[in-house]
Amino acid sequence: MIIIDNVSKRYGDFQVLTDCTTKVGKGEVVVVCGPSGSGKSTLIKCVNGLEPFHRGEIKVNGVSVGDPKTVLAKLRAHVGMVFQNFELFPHMTIMENLTVAQLKVLGREKAEAEERGKQLLDRVGLGAQALKYPGQLSGGQQQRVAIARALAMDPVCMLFDEPTSALDPEMINEVLDVMTELAQEGMTMMCVTHEMGFARRVAHRVVFMDHGCIVEDDAKEAFFAHPSSERARQFLAKILHH
Amino acid sequence: MHEIYEFDWSSIPGALPYLMHGMVISLEITASAVIFGIVWGTLLAMMRLSSISPLSWFAAGYVNLFRSIPLVMVLLWFFLIIPHLLETIFGFPRGTDLRFGSAIAGFALFEAAYYAEIIRAGIQSVPKGQISAANALGMTYGQGMWLVVLPQAFRNMVPLLLTQAIILFQDTSLVYVSALADFFGAAYKVGDRDGRLVEMLLFAGAVYFIICFAFSQLVRYYQKKLKVA
Repeated sequence: MIIIDNVSKRYGDFQVLTDCTTKVGKGEVVVVCGPSGSGKSTLIKCVNGLEPFHRGEIKVNGVSVGDPKTVLAKLRAHVGMVFQNFELFPHMTIMENLTVAQLKVLGREKAEAEERGKQLLDRVGLGAQALKYPGQLSGGQQQRVAIARALAMDPVCMLFDEPTSALDPEMINEVLDVMTELAQEGMTMMCVTHEMGFARRVAHRVVFMDHGCIVEDDAKEAFFAHPSSERARQFLAKILHH
Repeated sequence: MHEIYEFDWSSIPGALPYLMHGMVISLEITASAVIFGIVWGTLLAMMRLSSISPLSWFAAGYVNLFRSIPLVMVLLWFFLIIPHLLETIFGFPRGTDLRFGSAIAGFALFEAAYYAEIIRAGIQSVPKGQISAANALGMTYGQGMWLVVLPQAFRNMVPLLLTQAIILFQDTSLVYVSALADFFGAAYKVGDRDGRLVEMLLFAGAVYFIICFAFSQLVRYYQKKLKVA
C-alpha cells in the first residue's frame, strides 16, 4: 500500500531524512516512534506529499508521490491524515468540516455527504455535536472529529501524525479507542506516536527512527521483546518508565 | 478693533438636497474603492506570498510604490492623464466627464496597496496547519485558500478593513482637486456662493465627524464581540 524506498530529505545543510526505507502493507498497522527531532513527522508528511523530498521514491497504492506528473490533490483525496493539532476548520460547523471536502473534492451530493458525515460522527460518538463549532468541543472530541473528517473521504489508508501529543492525558484514550477500532477493522494505518500501549495492542510492526534514519523496522513482538539497537533500548527504557 | 464674526447658518437648509447628492457621490466613491481595493488587494497579497518570484516582486513593488507617494498626487495623475489617454486611445469625445470614474480608479488602485498589506497579515495569521489540512483532504491550493484560509483571514481582518474604509471615506474629500462635487466639494461650493464658507466647512466637518465616529464605534463593538467569540 505504502512503499518508502531510500527517501532522503534536507533543509539546507541539515539532513532530516537519510535513506529511509520501509513499507506498510494493506491492512497493516505500522507505528513509527523515536525521539523528537528524529524525522518521524517529516517522514509521514512525505507520504502524502505535504513535505517534498529530494531523493528516493514513495509509492502509495502504486502511485509515485515524488513524480511531478502525479496530481497530488488527487492522491491526497484518498489518503486520510490526522494532525497533532487537529486542524479542524474553526469557521465551519462540525458537519461542514466533515462535508466540505466530500462536496468540493469528491463532488458528492450534499445529502449523500451529510449522510456519510452523520454515520462517521455517530461512529466516533459525537453524533450530537454536528451543529457545533470546533471551538466548542474538547481536544479529544476535536481529534475524533478530525479522524471522522478524514474517514469521510473513504481513504485507502490513514496517516496519523502524533494524534495524541496535544491532548490532556484524560482525553488520550478516547482517541486511541477510535484508532484501535479502526485498526481492528482492517484499515491500513501509519501512526507516528509515543503511545507504546497502543503500539503493543494494535501495531503489526514498529519502525524506530533516530537522527533521520530508520534504525529498526521490526515485528511488534520482536521490537518490544529485544530491540536490536542501543538507541531503541534507551528510548524504550525512558518511555516505558511511566 | 474688529467685529465679532456673526454665524449665519441659513444657507444650509436650502442647500440640503445638493449636499445630499454630494454625500451620495462620496459614499459611492468610498464603496466602489473599498470593493475594488479589497479584491485587487487580495490578489496582490496572494502574489506577494506566492512562491513565484516575479509575482512576488511585482506585488512588493506595487505596494511600495503606492505607499510612498501622496494620495492627492495619484488622484491628480488620474484626473489629468487617464482622460487624455482614453481620448487618444479610445477616441472618447473631448470633454467627456470622466472625473467620477477616474476618482474611483485612483482610490481603488491606491487603497489596494494598503489593503494588500492588511490582507497579507491576515493570511499569515491563519496557522499553516490549516492549509496542510486542506491539502491533505485533497483540496487544491485555490480551494484551500478560498474555502479555508481567506474566510478565517477576513474574519480576523474585518476591524482593520473597516477602519481603513473610514480613512478612505475621509480621503474622498480630496477629489476637490478635480472640482467633483462630492460632499465636501458641494459644501465648499455652497459656502463660496453664499459667502458663508466658515459655516459650511464647520458643518461639513461635523457631518464627517459624526459619520466616522459612529462607524468607528461600531467597529469597536464588533471587535469586542469577535474577541469573545
